[in-house]
Parts: sequence; C-alpha cells; structure tokens
Amino acid sequence: MIFPRKNSNLYLTLLRLKRNRLAVFGLAVLVMLLLTAIFAPRIAPYHYATQNLADAFEAPSGKHYLGTDDFGRDIFSRIIYGARVSTQVGLFAVSLAMISGGLLGASAAYYGGRIDGIIMRCMDIFMSIPQILLAIAIAASLGPGLLNLTIAVGVAALPDFARVVRGSVLTISGQEYIEAARCMGASDAWIILRHILPNCSAPIIVQSTLRVGQAILATAALSFLGLGVQPPYPEWGGMLAASRGYVRDYAYMTIAPGLAIMITIMALNFLGDGLRDAMDPKLKR
Amino acid sequence: MDQQQRENFLEIRDLYVQYHTDTGLVKAVDGLNLSLAGGETLGLVGETGAGKTTTALAVMQLIASPPGRIAGGSIFLQGENLLKKSKEEQRHIRGGKIAMIFQDPMTSLNPVLPVQEQIAEMIRLHRKADADEVLKKARDMLSLVGIRPERGSEYPHQFSGGMKQRVVIAIALACNPTLLIADEPTTALDVTIQAQVLELMRELRQHFNTSTILISHDLGVVAELCDSVAIMYAGRIVEKADTKNLFRRPLHPYTQGLFRSVPDLTGNVRRLDTIAGLPPDPTNLPPGCCFASRCNIAEPDCSRSRPSMIEGETGHFAACFKLGKRGGV
Amino acid sequence: MVRFCLRRLLTLIPVTLGVTFLLFSLLYMTPGDPALLVLGPEATEDALREFRREHGLDQPFLVRYGRFVYNAVVHQDVGRSYITHRTVASEIADAFPVTLTLSIGAIFFATLMGMIFGIICAVKQYSIFDNVAMVFAMLGIATPVFYLGILLILLFSVHLHWLPSSGFDTPAQRILPWIALSSVSLSIITRMTRSSMLEVIRSDYIRTARAKGQKETVIIVKHALRNALIPIITIIGIQFGHLLGGSILAESVFSIPGVGRLAVDAIKSRDYPVVQGAVIYLALAYVLINLLVDILYTWIDPRLRTRYR
Repeated sequence: MIFPRKNSNLYLTLLRLKRNRLAVFGLAVLVMLLLTAIFAPRIAPYHYATQNLADAFEAPSGKHYLGTDDFGRDIFSRIIYGARVSTQVGLFAVSLAMISGGLLGASAAYYGGRIDGIIMRCMDIFMSIPQILLAIAIAASLGPGLLNLTIAVGVAALPDFARVVRGSVLTISGQEYIEAARCMGASDAWIILRHILPNCSAPIIVQSTLRVGQAILATAALSFLGLGVQPPYPEWGGMLAASRGYVRDYAYMTIAPGLAIMITIMALNFLGDGLRDAMDPKLKR
Repeated sequence: MDQQQRENFLEIRDLYVQYHTDTGLVKAVDGLNLSLAGGETLGLVGETGAGKTTTALAVMQLIASPPGRIAGGSIFLQGENLLKKSKEEQRHIRGGKIAMIFQDPMTSLNPVLPVQEQIAEMIRLHRKADADEVLKKARDMLSLVGIRPERGSEYPHQFSGGMKQRVVIAIALACNPTLLIADEPTTALDVTIQAQVLELMRELRQHFNTSTILISHDLGVVAELCDSVAIMYAGRIVEKADTKNLFRRPLHPYTQGLFRSVPDLTGNVRRLDTIAGLPPDPTNLPPGCCFASRCNIAEPDCSRSRPSMIEGETGHFAACFKLGKRGGV
Repeated sequence: MVRFCLRRLLTLIPVTLGVTFLLFSLLYMTPGDPALLVLGPEATEDALREFRREHGLDQPFLVRYGRFVYNAVVHQDVGRSYITHRTVASEIADAFPVTLTLSIGAIFFATLMGMIFGIICAVKQYSIFDNVAMVFAMLGIATPVFYLGILLILLFSVHLHWLPSSGFDTPAQRILPWIALSSVSLSIITRMTRSSMLEVIRSDYIRTARAKGQKETVIIVKHALRNALIPIITIIGIQFGHLLGGSILAESVFSIPGVGRLAVDAIKSRDYPVVQGAVIYLALAYVLINLLVDILYTWIDPRLRTRYR
C-alpha cells in the first residue's frame, strides 16, 4: 500500500490531508523529530553526558547553540538526545496501549454479555484514577527506567483505547454487511480481521496520534517528578526539573526543553486534527 | 383596513437575495415581484431550490448574513418598507406582525425548554402582560391547537411530530400576527397527520383571519387551502392567478409541466410526464428565460431577455414571451 | 431523580474497591523491602522483622488487602505513615484541602473564562478575537503545566516581582498556580464551547427563537447555551480529572503542600501507606466529580430526566 490506488479511501484521505497546511506542517515537524531521534549521535555536536565544568552556565552562542547547563553540558545536544526518549516512549507506549487496549475493547464488543461486562468494569476502575496519577503509581511500583516508563505510560492510556475500539466495533458489527458476512458462513476471526478492523481504523489512528502527544507529556511529567528517565540520560521533562534551581539567573536552560515539548505536542495535535478531518470529512466544522 | 391597504397588504418589489458560497454567488431570489391582499391565502409553489424559503426568510428579515444578503428591492407590509426599518423595529415586527411556521417540527422546538415556555416567550416579547396572564395565554393557545393545556409543562421530546407542529403553529399564532408564513408545514409529517394539521390551519385561518403565505411543493395542499397561487422558478415568480383559474388553465409551460407530473385520480390512468432537464445553476443564471432550456415550445428569442409578467386573462399573469405573441400558449 | 442519584452512589462501592485493589497490588509488586528502606541498612534483623510484623508486611497479599479494607471501613483507618508515624488520614486531612482549593479554583477559572471566550468566538466566528483566541488555545493545549508554571515564575516573580513564586496561603500566592494549572483546561473548554455553540447556533430552534423577535443576547444565553452545555459539561468533568493529576505537577513547581506532593514524596521515600491513601483520595475525588457531572446532565437535558424518572 505504498502507492495507494486512485480513489481508494487511503488515497482520498491523503489528498485531503495534503490540503490541510497545519497538518502537513505537523507531519513535517514529526518526521524531522523522528530523524533527529534516529541520527542523534551524528547530529548532536557533543555527547549528551560530556561535562565541561569550565564551560558551565554559558549563554547560547555559536559554540553552544542553546548554551550549557550546570555541568557544562551542551543543551542543544541534550535536547537532540532527549528526542530519543520522547519518540521511543511515545511510540511504544501508544503501541502497547493500542494493541492491548484494542484487543480488549474489540473482544468486549464482539463477545458482549459477561465478557463485555467484566472487561469494561475493569476499564472503568482504571479510568476512575486520573491518568497521570495512574502512570505515577505504576512508574513508582515498577521503579525507574525507560522500559518501565513506557509500560507505565502505556497502561495508563490503555482504557481509552479499549473504550474507543469497543465503541466503533459495536457500531460496525451492527451494520448489515457484517450480518451478510455471517450469513455467508465467515468465521469470527475473518469477520474481525477483514471487515471490522479496517472499518474502525479511522478513529483508532486519530486517537493514536493524539495519544502519542499525551504519552510524551506524561513522560516529561514523570521525569519532571523524578520518576522517569534517570540522569544523566537527557529527557526534556527531566532537563526542565534540573534547570528549575537556576531559573533566576539562567532562564535559557529552562526555555529550550519546554519549547521542545510544546512544538512536539503541537505538531502531533495538528496532524491528529488534520487526520480526523481528512478521514471523516462529514465531521469537519 | 381601507381598500388601498387591503389590495397591497404585502408587496415585494424586485427582490434580490444572494448567498456568497465557496462555489460562487448563488442568486437564490432574482428579481421577485409578489403581492398579497389582506386576508388572502397565497400558495407559493416551486421545486426545491427555487427560492421559496429564501423569499420567506427575506420577508422575516432572517437571511443569515454572512453568507446571505438582500441585494436589492423592497418589501412593503401595509405600506411600510420592512427593509428600511432599524434592527430593533424589525425585531418587533418579527413575531408580532409576521410569524413563521418552519418546515421541520422535529428540530424547530428547543429541546431543553417546556413547550408552554416556548409559546410564553413569544407572548412576553410582543404583549404587555404579567406572568400569570402570559402562562394562561400560552395554555389557551395549546388548547386552541388541540393539545391538552396540562401538557404544556412537558418537553418537545415527549410529543409526536404532528403534536410538535401544532406547538409550532401555536407559537406562530400566539400574538395574532397579521401575516403568517408557513414553510411546507406538513412536508415532514405522515400523511394522516398532514391532513389533521392542514385542517387545523384551515380552522385557525378562519378564526384569526390572518393573511397567509403557504409555501409548498404539493399542488394538492395548495388547491385545498389557498385563494391564489404563485408559481416560483429559479428565483422568480413565473405565474400567478386565483387558485381556480390556475388549476383550470395553467398558462406558463413550467406550470403546465408541473401539472402533468402529478397523478390525476379522476382521469384515466396515464404515464406521468416529467419535466426534462434540471433547473439552472443558481450561481450562473442564463440571461433570458430561465426555463427556456427545458421548455418544449421555446424559441431562440426566449434566451435573449427575461420575460416579464403578462396578463393572459383577467387576474391571471404569467412570464412567458409566447403568451404575449399569441394571447395564450 | 433521587433514586437515580442513590443508584449512582451505590456504584461507587465496587469502583472504590477496585481502585484500592488495583493500587494495593501495584504497590505490592514494587521491588525493594520497605522495612530495609525505612530503617536503613544498619538495622538489625530483629528490628526488620519487628517492623514487618508491626505493619503486617509478613502476611500474604490477600490478607493484607482484606485487613486494609476492614480497617478502612470499620475503623476509618487507612494506615499510618512509616516515616512520620502519623495516621495517613491526618496527613491527608492537612494536604487535601490545599489540593481541592487549587484544583477547584483552577477548574472554576478555566470553566468561567473558557465558556466566555468560547461563546464570543462562536458568536464572532472568524473575527480577530476568534483567531487570536484559537491560536492561544492551541498553544495552551501544548504547554505542560510544569513548563508554564516555571515560565510564569520567571515572568511574574523573577522579573516583575509582582507575585510570589511558592506557597499557597495568601491569595497572591494562589494566582500563579491557578493560572498554570488551568491553562490546558481553559484552552480545551474554550475550543469545546466554541464548536458546540457553533453547531447549536445553526440549528432550527435558534431560527425559531429569532423568528419570535427575540433579542440576540437572550437567544445566545437562554436558547443556545443551555443546549451547548451538554458536551461542554462532559469536557469539564474530564478536565477536572486532568486537573487533579496536574495538581501534582503544579504543587511540585510552586512548592505547595498538597496531596500530590505528599504522594510523590511518599513514593520517593517508599512510604506506601501514605502513597495508597493519597492516590485513593484523589481517585475518589475524581469519581465523585464524575457522579456530579452525571447528575448535572440530567438537570440540564430534559430528555435524560424522563429516562431516569
């Protein structure tokens, strides 16, 4: 599906997306972010942990584009490496949430009855804890580290996916073509894979895009509280937390990581909103 | 009401209404002339998109702007030009003097307010009365349209479609307007309910003696209720006459086509005719007669200039060149 | 209506049990021995054993959970801090009002301003106000609480010296935390109000109200707003949950002694009873807010009212 057929749904969606300037801008920023994360060692002028105490607290200059921190580390390089954490946790946590939440939601909707009741009551319990609090609790119980952070953020986002997928599967399984497929003797697995999943992909994709932003925010928040990625590895939220003590005199240390978070989130929101409008033109305001 | 006022109760002259849209300037009403005598019920008939509702909204001063705009003309009600009134004056005329019944009763009532409140609101706006009187009047209106007054405190979702339309009618008539515009009041209803609502409207018309414009694409409804009929096509009136005359002998080719497309239960069973082609694109109206491209008696001259209304027989007007040439089509 | 509220209150019981069970098992799985962490590496084996016995840590999981629920229900006792040795209830009693003041103040501010901005944007669609407000809303949604907090301190405390940068006792101290915490919700409520109002303004019953000759301001407030409120209230309920979560971050930035900071500090010092208590209280507050939102719905939307009668 690299070259989508003309007039296929995907082709039309991409066409509509291309017309939305903000969405294209968001997509461009995200591609750049991803490339930055992948090629961080090649792009970054310094290693993230290279300390040079003689150069500590240097204001932005030609040598250090965004200045240096309290250990004399190059902030620009640290932000570049920080993109690795954000993209990794963002993507993997949301994949985790999407796959497990999606499976739970789909089976709840498809089998209905008691299974539906049990799964959705469990999700209700998860959802009655504010998400960041749940992530904090999970992160606390698993201990610090990138993988644990990913799991914490992913599990916290899981119930939302379960609910979205359950909702769309319920809508779609009520449609007549599913009835028709069943009458023709198609198996459950075939119906789910061939008919139901492709038709509820739109809300899932939109939800995922917006969720990646939430996940990156949660990652930054956890690191900010000291429950996420551990120093010296750079993470934007962690960098913000570390810079707090110097905000009076060295404000540039604070500004840069915060801007990095903001731009990423905004790009994801632009793309997510654009995708939503492109996939369902009826919803467009 | 003296003779002059009775004759020219409502007079619309050269009305132009345009909408600015992505696809271009839509000329929804394009040089419309229409008059209504006091106490008269006029049927305004035409296809979807002919500009009937836009005309009604223009009289109500409810054209949404943007995208809409009254680009020219005048609307006189009892000798006063409505388009020259201030916003505040227009607001008092709306509801107080001119009331409107909308097409879809399902969505015309506010779902979060009790129905009696929605009638009372109208009374409060245009009559001086204390709260008890207003409520009593609202409930009286309900019983007048055949709804038990006790149901006034219920909400729209507790009523059926026909009942909702009765409420809408009660709102419109609550302040005894001099002009009532009913925009396809029965289109959204079941056939049996349609008959009831039409019967109700007939009774109320006698009760209040309100001048009425009834917008419809249903010739049967018009024949039953209206004193006279105006046929609208592409933003203009193409034919106007007494109901009896128009039904007996339609003059304009479009009207004739319209009648041929209606099943005739008294006559022999025949194939229904349709009018070939589509109405012209309202963003790009032709310079000549708008019906020329679909007309089976059109001549090349028909596409050069707009035909004006010609009196084919006493009180029976039609906008067709052929009528002038031969004294009848 | 009363029956509906009672029924909704009853559903709180299984939800609360579920939440406590979930948290209990999360903390049970946590690596590391609280006894060792609290008493330090020099503690004797006897002291460690005594600590575990005293706090019931030597019991199997289900027994510990059962005991916790029993004590909570029968004695209103949710444990004692390992470190300060005060009851968790009293620790939370100190911190909870602070968090509530913070988050209720913030949601109030976000709701009030968000709805006002949203209504103006909808009524004056595509105006300069609308465009500027939408740009700010976009920025607001993308700005994390803790970043905005630091920026506000930088501007209003460090450079302008207008407002204090920490604490939560005086009104002046509360302004910056309220703004920082409410900004995301304010943006979202503004956008939601705008789109919801835009949809309602185009509906037929608004045209009916205009046809009555009603004043435009009355149409907006009496006819449009009440109908637009339904989705707005959903969003406000959800946002309150986010605010409770976000209050943890705001408390951290502005050094506010609330439940969130209590929880984070307790996590860092492995003071599990306090973590448990703090998180459970926050979750309960969230559940209660959702209940309130459900009741508000039925009050606003008569269609729901008849269904539950």
